[in-house]
Amino acid sequence: MTFSPELETKFAKMLESYPPGRTRSAVIPMLMYAQDEVGCISHELIEEVARRCKVTPLQVNEVVGFYSMLHRKPLGKYHVQVCTNISCLLTGGEELYEQAQKKLGIGNKEVTADGQFSLEEVECMGACSWAPAIQINYDFHHNMTAEKLDKLIDGLRKAQ
Amino acid sequence: MSDVINLTIDGRAVTAAPGTLIINAAKQVGIEIPSFCYYDGLALQAACRMCLVEVDKTPKLQVACTLPIAEGMVVHTDSPLVREARKGMVEFLLTNHPLDCPVCDKGGECELQDMTFRYGAGESRFQEQKVHVEEQQWSPVVFFDAPRCILCYRCVRICDEGMGMNALGVINRGVHAEIAPNRFDHLECDECGMCIDICPVGALTSGMYRYKTRPWEMHHVGTICTHCSNGCKTTLGVRNNQIIRGNNRDHSGINGEFLCIKGRYAFDFVHSPERLQSPMVRKNGKLEPVSWSEALSTVARKFKEVKARGGKFGVIGSNHASNEENYYLQKFAREGLGTHNIDHHRTGDLPTLLDALSGKTEALATTADLYTRKAILVVASDLSQQHSFLAFQIRANYRHHGAHIYTVTPGPVREQHHAVNSIIAQPGGELAAVESLRDQLKAEAELVILFGDAIKGDAVRKLVAFGDSLGIPVRYVCLLDYSNSRGASDMGLAPNLGPGYQPVADAGLAYDEILAAKDLDVLWVVGANPLKRAAFGSEQAFVVVQEMFLTETAQRADVIFPAASAYEKNGTVTNVCGEVQRLKAGLQVMGTKSDLEIMGLLSKEMGVNIGMWSHEKIFEEIRGKVRGYNVPLSIVATGGAVQTTAVNGRVAGSVRPELIQSAGDTLFTSGSLGRYSKTLSSVVEAPGALYSDRRP
Amino acid sequence: MLYNEPSPLEVKILTKRFTLPNSQSLDTYLANDGFKAFFKAIEMSPEQIIEELKISALRGRGGAGFPTGLKWSFVPRNSPKPKYVIVNADESEPGTCKDRLLMENDPHQLIEGILIGGRLVDAHKGFIYIRGEFRYLITMMDRAIEEAYKRGYLGKNIQGTGFDFDLYTHTGAGAYECGEETALLDSIEGKRGVPRMKPPFPAVVGAWQSPTLLSNVETFSAVPFIIRDGGAAFAALGTPKNGGTRMICLSGHINKPGVYELPVGFNLLRMIYEVGGGMRNGKKLKAVVPGGSSCPLLKAEECDIPMDFDTLAKIKSMLGSGGTVVLDEDTCMVKFAHRIMKFYAHESCGWCIPCREGTTWLRKMLERFHGGGGQTGDRELIGELSKNMLGRTFCALGDAAAMPTISIVEKWPEDFEAHLNGRACPYEHASEMAMQR
Repeated sequence: MTFSPELETKFAKMLESYPPGRTRSAVIPMLMYAQDEVGCISHELIEEVARRCKVTPLQVNEVVGFYSMLHRKPLGKYHVQVCTNISCLLTGGEELYEQAQKKLGIGNKEVTADGQFSLEEVECMGACSWAPAIQINYDFHHNMTAEKLDKLIDGLRKAQ
Repeated sequence: MSDVINLTIDGRAVTAAPGTLIINAAKQVGIEIPSFCYYDGLALQAACRMCLVEVDKTPKLQVACTLPIAEGMVVHTDSPLVREARKGMVEFLLTNHPLDCPVCDKGGECELQDMTFRYGAGESRFQEQKVHVEEQQWSPVVFFDAPRCILCYRCVRICDEGMGMNALGVINRGVHAEIAPNRFDHLECDECGMCIDICPVGALTSGMYRYKTRPWEMHHVGTICTHCSNGCKTTLGVRNNQIIRGNNRDHSGINGEFLCIKGRYAFDFVHSPERLQSPMVRKNGKLEPVSWSEALSTVARKFKEVKARGGKFGVIGSNHASNEENYYLQKFAREGLGTHNIDHHRTGDLPTLLDALSGKTEALATTADLYTRKAILVVASDLSQQHSFLAFQIRANYRHHGAHIYTVTPGPVREQHHAVNSIIAQPGGELAAVESLRDQLKAEAELVILFGDAIKGDAVRKLVAFGDSLGIPVRYVCLLDYSNSRGASDMGLAPNLGPGYQPVADAGLAYDEILAAKDLDVLWVVGANPLKRAAFGSEQAFVVVQEMFLTETAQRADVIFPAASAYEKNGTVTNVCGEVQRLKAGLQVMGTKSDLEIMGLLSKEMGVNIGMWSHEKIFEEIRGKVRGYNVPLSIVATGGAVQTTAVNGRVAGSVRPELIQSAGDTLFTSGSLGRYSKTLSSVVEAPGALYSDRRP
Repeated sequence: MLYNEPSPLEVKILTKRFTLPNSQSLDTYLANDGFKAFFKAIEMSPEQIIEELKISALRGRGGAGFPTGLKWSFVPRNSPKPKYVIVNADESEPGTCKDRLLMENDPHQLIEGILIGGRLVDAHKGFIYIRGEFRYLITMMDRAIEEAYKRGYLGKNIQGTGFDFDLYTHTGAGAYECGEETALLDSIEGKRGVPRMKPPFPAVVGAWQSPTLLSNVETFSAVPFIIRDGGAAFAALGTPKNGGTRMICLSGHINKPGVYELPVGFNLLRMIYEVGGGMRNGKKLKAVVPGGSSCPLLKAEECDIPMDFDTLAKIKSMLGSGGTVVLDEDTCMVKFAHRIMKFYAHESCGWCIPCREGTTWLRKMLERFHGGGGQTGDRELIGELSKNMLGRTFCALGDAAAMPTISIVEKWPEDFEAHLNGRACPYEHASEMAMQR
């Protein structure tokens, strides 16, 4: 597998950043950035990362299942992550999550038929003082309300 | 630091070496601290929390499997708090366990059952839904049922640390964490089944054994694996005259917990539908089943007639038959038929090694030495493929004692992963490569050298001279192929060397000469298949074959006697390190007889007296007459292993190095036997290849 | 950027530069005392640096509150192995959202803290382990690091001092457990984030088998002030043995949730009513999570206390990571307990039995209970199972799940009673009302 020139440059730098012989350290970052580019973590990608980091595919596969941000199936173009952990729970996070399900017509870890949106109920994302919060892909949206959520999703739909 | 540490466990004074873990200190005085994840010799995990104990002056319960003892420590392993904690752990464990004990292979042999019985609660307080995952098949021999798994990681560790394979890992997390194979949905590994044996519950099950029986319905027979030369003890689980399981049930053999795919699964040739179960005699050019008396009299008549007219016999013996059978065969040939035309397929140059070591003591390594000696040199062998138990010992030695390993091989081998120095040397270049290691080896405190069939004749002497010149204690292992290759050689299946390597006055024909001769009157083959590789020169010869299967050689026979396998007979075999061990019959296959009995009946039918054919009597004779075999009977008779003593005298006569050639079996082939083991050929790794180890 | 108005009650040490224009730039940092501490540290002996840290009474800001001077003194600076500095920026304790502000608004303060740590233990390579969700912060930190390299504050011979240091960011991928420092080390080595057996401690055998100086973002960020102005100045801000300020993350049912830098030992009720603007909608205070979801909860009447490590330990709770979550009278404690347990069940790494099985069992029980399926004896069983985990798991995650649960079970039995016998949650209506408002 090859990636975009930017990512290849990033990976080359990454592999050099760890102490000599410790290329295994690049496994998780490499999976994260590669996933961003190719959509999800396939067996092919696992083998590729294993090759680049000089580990066995099993060692990569073990990691994939452990970290909640690594996905074996493609997510939507916009991955909507709603926090319902304690601070968000107290400020309407659950209701927000219900609203997101209603608005997108999908449940937890599902993808809309057009592949544009996916939804996930996530754990604390570190935005507790500005709760409830959601993340769409890597972007934070603080102090959310149902109306703001609807508007945000509508905006993304239009942008397509 | 003092040499011993004094502590108190459950009110008893205990003394143990510094660094001893609480769990082991307790074991020394007979106090059992329960655990799942702790496993002697494998990395510590502290995962199952069954071994929590109370230690005075510590606020929390302590993990007995990871906490070393300390002077004055006071430990309580059976306090109310400890009992309650154990009960809690068992309760947690059972929450997602399916409790399908009535249909689980492990039922009756399950550590979780035992723990629940001893430490668990009488009733369950868990009312919620259990996590369920479908059962998976990872290979023809390995199945995985995740819900039963308690995640003790023994399988992961034995595969990685013990086998150097690292074929098992853990995926997902939390309550969904489960063991996973190295190729996403299947295994590509040694298929040794170590993971199954080490599994304390029924999570990993054997493709051959699953759902076949309850363990208490079998009787368990500890015998020696009949495949390679390493001499692992395998316990056959037999029910209704059928072998259902092979494992290392009580870890009592030289191999401890180890078995490879052959010892664990490749017993299935025994029940192959192609097994010969009736004597056959060639009539009008066709082999036809006949009675034992007809077959015996046909052969006896022919033998007598040829012997009477001074005709020419050729006898080829077996690498699998017992010592007693091989001894009896050569005696039959030499005394009964009057010929020294006897040989066997030689797979390593043992006679030259013995000769080169003449006058030295303690120069032959035991299998235990491979685990304890400080440095090991492997020359011209893919140990993990060809001698997997020896490889396991060396790996354990590296892991536990930091042994220095050196390899000189024609291609990559697994031992390289742990090696201090590895050299790829083409055939012929091995000794030069060994020479290049001189400075490193000289600095070692001691050394064991293992060498394969490429080192023969003069090369063996040079290798020993090299060892001598290092100025350190050196022990040797001449690698041989099969379960009793060593015994065949020791018992005198050679044209120029009798039992115990006593020179024969007028040497007979060797293996190649017997086969190439154009004027043989009789060829008698016992448990060998020489015609697979070589043409037979004597078209007119009368051929007698004792075999389990209709091999290439058997197809040429005039008379075939259906022979019993090693699993169906009593006797002894000698492994590659010269360790004598007992074969114990686990079953009988209808219509077959052991080679010893066949020979005995034949001698009776011929009217020649070469002694009683009871294996005990013959072993007595071997102990008395064969150099090195005066081993303590009590140890062998009780299932132990004793190394033969060195021959300690010159071994005369030429060795004909060109006759020495290993069959090059891998983990997944085993000469003729392997062809009739469905299991060996069914795994995706079969047939495998030597020197193709891939590093990650 | 800032997400909430500062409070006049704050004592701004770490956040001093937050309100300056371009606060994240090296120029702003340099113009406002930046890197003075580093140059000072270069002149100081390691023993002197440790001494200042000890005097400062700085305690680890990640949650455990271990004295930083002591922890940092354990790293064998003379070891022949390479040494590493690792920053724990895996901020994921529910209720906590402070480290991101420190990285976002003053990244060079963190870099300076790292350099001082590196100088202390003779390390020349450092990594900031940032949770995967904070991708924007990784970008920002990378930019700051690049700036520091360009201007000679990272790399070879930093500012002519002869000290070399390379710094990198490393992304996590979603695992609370990686905030546990030994799990973080396994994670940075490319493995599953499962904690390691201790001893050996990371100070001696840490990343890549080498001695490792490992602390939280806020801890590192406090170091420049301590070295520059002296440990005593820092210590004076707090209470004895609890030096300095803390980034307190106020959230929940209060009028002005936000992150505020307050002296350690600041009164909890004042935090809620004066800094946080009081309870939302004039409701009554019911409970407080003092420092992140792992801490035993406090009842309203327990809240008139100084927020320092020792006081909270005395009342059997913890100061934790500074995530102070305020709950009003309409909060269902069963539901709250369930949400906490759901989190820990989701984040349990699965390594040891009691945590792996216990958290999921408790999650399912609490879910059933809150849904009206509660039975007599369930509350006691929930407490008992939690105690079967407490102190018996491989790492502190099991404790973190057990402690708040035990506190809820013991302090609010009436909330459990109210759900028994198939009754609907008495708070459901109230929370809907709150949402409509």
